[in-house]
Amino acid sequence: MPSRTVSHGSSGRLRGLFLVMVLVFLESSVFTLAFASSDQHSPTTAHSDGHKATDHGSHNNTGKAFPVLDLNYENVRVPFEISLWVLLASLMKLGFHLVPHLSNIVPESCLLIVVGLLVGGIIRGTGETVPPVLDSKLFFYILLPPIILDAGYFLPIRPFMENLGTILIFAVVGTLWNAFFVGGLLYGVCQIGTESSSILSRIGLLQCLLFGSIISAVDPVAVLAVFEEIHINELLHILVFGESLLNDAVTVVLYHLFEEFSGIGTVTLVKGFLGVISFFVVALGGVLVGVLYGILAAFTSRFTSHTRVIEPLFVFLYSYMAYLSAEIFHLSGIMALIACGAVMRPYVEANISHKSHTTIKYFLKMWSSVSETLIFIFLGVATVAGPHDWNWTFVTVTVILCLVARVIGVVGLTFIINKFRIVKLTTKDQFIIAYGGLRGAIAFSLGFLLEKDHFPEREIFLTAIITVIFFTVFVQGMTIKPLVELLAVKKKQEAKRSINEEIHTQFLDHLLTGIEDICGHYGHHHWKDKLNRFNKKYVKKCLIAGERSKEPQLIAFYHKMEMKQAIQLVESGGGIKLPSAMPSTVSMQNIQPRPPTKPAAERAIPQLSKTKEEEIRKILRTNLQRTRQRLRSYNRHTLVADPYEDGLSDLFLKKQKMFQIEKKLKEMNTYLTVPAPPPDSPTMCRARLASDPQAYSIKPALNKVPMIQVDLASPQSPDSVNLLDEFGQANQQEEEEQGLMMKPPSRPREGKKPGEEDEAKDQQKLMRCLSDPGPSADEDEDGAFLP
Amino acid sequence: MGSSSSSRNKIPNAQELMDQTGFSSAHLLRLYDRFECLDRDNRGYLSPDDFEAVGGLAMNPIGGRIIDAFFSSGQDTVDFSSFVRILAHFRPTDRNRNKEGTQQELPNSRTRKLKFAFQLYDLDRDGKISREELLQVLRAMLGLQVTEEQLQSIAERAIQEADLDKDDAISFDEFKKSLEKVDIDTKMSIGFLK
Repeated sequence: MPSRTVSHGSSGRLRGLFLVMVLVFLESSVFTLAFASSDQHSPTTAHSDGHKATDHGSHNNTGKAFPVLDLNYENVRVPFEISLWVLLASLMKLGFHLVPHLSNIVPESCLLIVVGLLVGGIIRGTGETVPPVLDSKLFFYILLPPIILDAGYFLPIRPFMENLGTILIFAVVGTLWNAFFVGGLLYGVCQIGTESSSILSRIGLLQCLLFGSIISAVDPVAVLAVFEEIHINELLHILVFGESLLNDAVTVVLYHLFEEFSGIGTVTLVKGFLGVISFFVVALGGVLVGVLYGILAAFTSRFTSHTRVIEPLFVFLYSYMAYLSAEIFHLSGIMALIACGAVMRPYVEANISHKSHTTIKYFLKMWSSVSETLIFIFLGVATVAGPHDWNWTFVTVTVILCLVARVIGVVGLTFIINKFRIVKLTTKDQFIIAYGGLRGAIAFSLGFLLEKDHFPEREIFLTAIITVIFFTVFVQGMTIKPLVELLAVKKKQEAKRSINEEIHTQFLDHLLTGIEDICGHYGHHHWKDKLNRFNKKYVKKCLIAGERSKEPQLIAFYHKMEMKQAIQLVESGGGIKLPSAMPSTVSMQNIQPRPPTKPAAERAIPQLSKTKEEEIRKILRTNLQRTRQRLRSYNRHTLVADPYEDGLSDLFLKKQKMFQIEKKLKEMNTYLTVPAPPPDSPTMCRARLASDPQAYSIKPALNKVPMIQVDLASPQSPDSVNLLDEFGQANQQEEEEQGLMMKPPSRPREGKKPGEEDEAKDQQKLMRCLSDPGPSADEDEDGAFLP
Repeated sequence: MGSSSSSRNKIPNAQELMDQTGFSSAHLLRLYDRFECLDRDNRGYLSPDDFEAVGGLAMNPIGGRIIDAFFSSGQDTVDFSSFVRILAHFRPTDRNRNKEGTQQELPNSRTRKLKFAFQLYDLDRDGKISREELLQVLRAMLGLQVTEEQLQSIAERAIQEADLDKDDAISFDEFKKSLEKVDIDTKMSIGFLK
């Protein structure tokens, strides 16, 4: 009943929302209790320690009662509070999506900041001091790396590289322009606009420039949080996002430069020149560190075929170490992280198992999601915590200047950039780029890092930074979605990349490379082609284990698609019922295979299977709408909704065939519980095997049969013949291929693997069972017995 | 100015070429220089071995097809105007000129670009990419790295996806449709030729 389910759904949501609210209320009360008790308890525990010490001497005399129930909060205080915060963040996230229309109107980041404000307010309201949660160390070393790694690992390389020039210009020149414009004009306003006695006039030029450099950097966290929800087209997304990532180098250099200058007091030309050089060192050094660690990670993953369980750990560790190593030398940690993730990804994914890939993906998304939530909540709490020094002039001038600088910067730079771009940026694009320049927690943390002695105006700065952040996140964040709708900016197209697109795109790449050669012009395609060749010839051999190193991209793509389809078919095709078994099944065992190049002979298949195939193909076509590529999963939100995203594993060949077998089997049978893994089919089969003496004779015959192509999509492929042949081939190949997951169960750790091998055996048994056309009644009986 | 106009005079039908292809005179000059560079024997036309002397084409999987595309049927020489006309397909599209009715006729319109690519697939010029032709392209691109069966599967799958009128081949419209999401204007343009 559709109506009932709808009302059920909404009442279920409300119920869930209520539950979440109760939980949150409970939690915040625990919070305040925790803070309260932490203050109270420290003296008491000290006392009790003292008591214990004295008691020891006279312990025989005073025999204290054994504490059956004791309260000792101090031991677990820190982990407890951390867990409480994370739990709060997660519950908030839950709650937002339960409230019906809230997530459409208000971006999550705004809501989280409000929550942070509330929590901070509650804590302050109960009289406790608000803990300084957005501690810079915590932020830079714990909260920020997961988000950046997630962004870097899933960075869409192709659009990023194609627009690299534009992104770099926006990141470097744009940020520099913003910093100097805001800093300089702010200084001017401070000097001119106010009386000489006010605090503002004491702010030096260097301080203003430092402030400008802090506030001018577009923040990747905020951009990610807001842009993910508006689903804008790929070009704009990568432009703004890429800019937010790459401007870290500029920010780091400027920050250290001005901080050091204002500490020392004098600026010389040499120092300025050194500053410029240090920019290149910071940026390129960061990238180099990242690439190094990325190569190391890829190389390590080559040897992990025996210890699949810790594969994801290598990815995370190497990336984090790249970040920390870059931070040691004051290089750009963000760029190191991005470079590491982007470099290691193609090789690591070719080496690791299917499950490790899923693990990496989910862990990254989980950590980055939690981090982002925590950052915004902490921003709210830190706002309440202060310390604040509100200065109307300073704050309003800052906000206005930031906006103006951004707009002028984008427009001016686009004018120059468009001369070099093939696809020009339109006015609409420019508006979105300018409007999407959000500031976020990085600016706040950098401000927080300032030392009070060098910067007596630290509080004014902090207040202004927070105001700008609030303004950009709330005002710009909330209005960007309606504006995108209003301006009819192109949205992101659903990434249903077909095999045709892939083939033709590669073809066009070759074509363009050829034409560039003829023109004598060493352009984009030429270098890309050279890089690909180098990659194929040398790098892949080193970094990818076993046979996968030779697999061309098109093949990998194709198999990925086939597997996705097969999985979908398996999941959705359980309801296909066919009239009972065809006579062809029995005789199929003994049919000799035909060579694949004779399409005429293939038409000898009975008519029934063809119509069934048509039906299946129709289902495939409709289901194909739902497939997503793992290459495009750089959006945190898509991850939640799509269970079919898991990509290719290194036993694609076997799985593909297994699923094809299942598909064919479904056609031939009335009802089949498709194993994934099947708890019941071994039972079912053992019941049959006992009565089927023919079962065991199949395997030897298979070994002599040459391989026949089994094509999921081919309309007239001989079903069962290929079935058995393919399976024999698959078993043969098992021994040959290395680096694949399907090894004999000598590694009991990963529980699935022996299961999978059993699955293969089950498939075989299943096949044998079904070659005996049992009456359909049997299966229903079996079904009834299974719990 | 004097030198450029005199070198423009070297190029036959310069004005006509400029109108038909949309190149500017500076570009035309550059292309002419390149043409003369390729034409090692200074014969005023190019032959296949001139093309083969170009470095990268030997390694290019479809290098042979590209070279053949320059030579219209039957002939084995390419003069400058044909050379330019072919390369005009790769000019970046001028978006602002959409309003004028002439856009469709220029060789660098999206349709013309796609048509050029289509003809590289469709060697027998029957207006369709048959399975065999697709297989040939796949074989050329993927080389010896894959088995014949895998190639067959891919070709089969590709035709299935694109073939809407079920004639077991991909016509030009089907080809265009399968590439509707790809930004051909960017993909098939060379900045040099702007």
